[in-house]
Amino acid sequence: MHEYPITKRIIEISEKFAKENHAQEVKQINLVVGEYSGYVASSIELYFEIIAEDSICKNASLHIERVKPKLKCDSCGKLFERKPFSFECPYCRGEGRPTEIGQEFYIKSIEV
Amino acid sequence: MSENNEIEVMQSVYDKNDEIAAKINTSLTEKGIFAINVMGAPGAGKTSTLIKIIERLKDITPYVIEGDIEADIDTKTLQALGVKTIQINTNGACHLDSPLIGEAVETLNIENGVLFIENIGNLVCPAEFQIGEHVKMLISTVTEGSDKPYKYPLAFEKANSIIINKCDLLPYVDFDEEYFMKGVRALNKTAPVFKISSKTGEGVEEVVSWIKQNVK
Ligand SMILES: [Zn+2]
Repeated sequence: MHEYPITKRIIEISEKFAKENHAQEVKQINLVVGEYSGYVASSIELYFEIIAEDSICKNASLHIERVKPKLKCDSCGKLFERKPFSFECPYCRGEGRPTEIGQEFYIKSIEV
Repeated sequence: MSENNEIEVMQSVYDKNDEIAAKINTSLTEKGIFAINVMGAPGAGKTSTLIKIIERLKDITPYVIEGDIEADIDTKTLQALGVKTIQINTNGACHLDSPLIGEAVETLNIENGVLFIENIGNLVCPAEFQIGEHVKMLISTVTEGSDKPYKYPLAFEKANSIIINKCDLLPYVDFDEEYFMKGVRALNKTAPVFKISSKTGEGVEEVVSWIKQNVK
């Protein structure tokens, strides 16, 4: 649902950076989306085409790097991917806590 | 010829929202307002819990921003009780964001007290957006079941306090408190957890004490 305004923002930021670098056209936008950020990458892709139509991003391809969330084990310190309904560490059966990994949502770069 | 020229951006897409949220937060602090972002599923009893809290605040002035998709039932209830309340209708959007709150705060014209911002009933999106609050208060219920921390981890992770509501129904539902708390603590080591009933008012006094400690 809230992917629409956020996709608009992605295009705004890309345009700003392109103009600052005197580019006429954005060819690719490299986006990093954590799966724990609450954003659905495929919805962003869907809106992107519609919203980019009137901008210098209209021919740009959207490259989304998806990041799987990782927990960090309190006991052994290892990072691991969470199994559904569990926070248990697969290495030592300790308990993991959330990390920033998987919450990313930023534009890494644009290609012009 | 078709070689792409890569320009580093490294900019968060949340930047605009977070910038406005930070401004709202500063301005509220200057006005002596402590703001609580109230999150919870539809029917968790957010409004009825707020009413029970407000009744016990005594010398602290309460204000409420009611986020709702389209109705204003809760706002009318609160206004009838004499609480300065403003309604925000998101017309379909699943969460409140900081531009909406910025406008509402200006309209409300408030000073010295506690501002409750009742977010949209939804356990996903409200946790993702800063709206200028000082703390997030999550209301979960025994009727929703004990698996909620496992299914909606972000809301539990971001909460500064967690309320388990409808505890008067504990004898009638299968709520595994141990399992619930195990999930909560995996995500959040420090948030106090309060067991209350927004129907009977049981346990609400402790939530009020927590709010008062924070206001000072
Ligand atoms: Zn471990």
